[in-house]
Formats: sequence, C-alpha cells, structure tokens
Amino acid sequence: MEITVRSFLTLIHGMGFGALYLMACSGALVELYRRYCTHNDALPTERDEKFLRIYLVAMAAIAWLTVLTGAYIIYPWYRAVPPRGTANLAAFPQRLLLASPSTSGWHSIGMEWKEHVAWLAPIAITMAAGVVIQYGRNLKNHPQLRAAVVGFVWVSLVAAAIAGFFGAMINKNAPVEGGPVIHIIQGEQR
Amino acid sequence: MSAKNTSATAIASIRPNGAGAAAILAAGLGSFLVAVIAILADRSAAVKSMMVFWKPTGPLSGVTTCAIVLWIAAWAVLNARWRNRNVALARINAAAFALLIFGLLLTFPPIADLF
Repeated sequence: MEITVRSFLTLIHGMGFGALYLMACSGALVELYRRYCTHNDALPTERDEKFLRIYLVAMAAIAWLTVLTGAYIIYPWYRAVPPRGTANLAAFPQRLLLASPSTSGWHSIGMEWKEHVAWLAPIAITMAAGVVIQYGRNLKNHPQLRAAVVGFVWVSLVAAAIAGFFGAMINKNAPVEGGPVIHIIQGEQR
Repeated sequence: MSAKNTSATAIASIRPNGAGAAAILAAGLGSFLVAVIAILADRSAAVKSMMVFWKPTGPLSGVTTCAIVLWIAAWAVLNARWRNRNVALARINAAAFALLIFGLLLTFPPIADLF
C-alpha cells in the first residue's frame, strides 16, 4: 500500500482541512443558533464564550490553511504545463481534463469556480470570529450583528461545499499524482 | 430611581455596533472583490499578467492577494471610523449581503463570462 507525496498532500488539503472545515461549519451554526437564536434569555457563561471564540478562531485557521495549501501547493501541480509532445497526461491534471469534451467542464466550470469561490469561506469566517471576539457576551444585545454573523457562516458553508464538491470530482477524474512514493504498509504476497 | 439606574447601566454597557458593522461590510466587500478582480484578470491580458505574483500559481496568486489586502484595508479604515459609534446596521447588513451574494454568483464562470 503506497501513496505519492502529491496525492498525500492533496488528501491533507481536501480531507484534512477542507472536510474538517465543512464539519466545523455545521457545529458553529448549531452553537450560534443554540446560543443566540433560541428563546434563551440567559447570558452565555464566560467558559461558553471562550469556547466559541476558540472554536471560530480554529475554523478561520483551518479555512486559511485550506485555501493557502490549495492555491500554493496543489494548484501549481494541477496546472503544470506538459512538455511539447507529451502523450501521457496523467501527471498534468488540467491538460488531461481539457483533452476530452466529456471531462473539460470539470476544469472550465469546476476548477474555475472552485479556485475563486473557496476564498469567500475564510473571509466570512474570519469576520465571524472577529465579531465574536470583539463583542463576546455583548452580542446578545445586537440581534442584527448576530444575524449577519450567522448569515456569513451559512454562505461560507455553501462556498466551502462548492469548492469541496468540485475538488473531489476533479481529483476523481484527473488525480494529482507524482513525486516520491510513500510506502504505508507492505501488502500480502500471493 | 434604582430601576432607572439599572436600566441606564444596562444601556451604557451595550457596546456600539460600529466595529461589528465595519467587519461585516468589509467582509462583503472582500468577497465581492475576489470575483471582480478575477473577472478583470480574465478579460484583460495586461491585468492578467500583472496578477501573476507567483508564477506556479499564476494570476490566482495576484487576484486573491489583492482582494485580501483591499479587504483588510477596508476593515481597518471602516473600523477606525465606526468603532465608537452606532451605525444603521440594517442598511449595512443589506449592502454586505448583497456584495457577498454577488461575489458568490460572479465567481460562477457562466455568469462571469457575461461581462
């Protein structure tokens, strides 16, 4: 059982950071709803407030890690240009997708959308973390601020889901492969 | 008298909404700018080559860096102006959400290609 370094780093980007962010989004929405949108007049405790601050800061860090690893580690491998006359495009995912009409849409719509829309997620969640840090329990007094924070977290979930869906489908049709091979475990020999 | 004092203390402890409004409007603007700068880079060869901050990533490096720098700058400026004030948050929220939704839609290639 083995995996290439490029494939492993793509896995870290997509499943390690991206999927974790998507799961964290649902947790943040539940927590924000439970705390501020239900008919609960009690102020959150200091401990609860600290937890939410740390949770949102961690989400912002994960969101930035996702887009930065995507743009500066994975994307250069994805868009690499093959030398003239290269017949096997397996190491050049963008060119491999564009080589067939049945897969070109995964680049021209999927990657073109994903590479930009993904950045809305860290912007939105950084704003949400900033507002929660600045206002803390005082957010209870600002229904419109709370509504905006919850709305932006929803949109960040949608943006991350679009990027995650296309990332998974693109990697299924033209996987990012190459680099040194990591041997994970020796398989049974028959 | 006592009730009045308690009420006054409660109101005084409510932090002005300006700092939050600054963060919200700046985030909407930042999201919109990602899409607008990407469209500009796609339409103009000169802008596209200007946006290549790091060759392996291509124009995406410049598009996103510019949008992030402008977003942070807008946040800092708005925060400096509004942090001690109460502002019309309903209108600011509406503008921020409009910018955010336009940003989301304008990153979709078939819509971006209309411009």
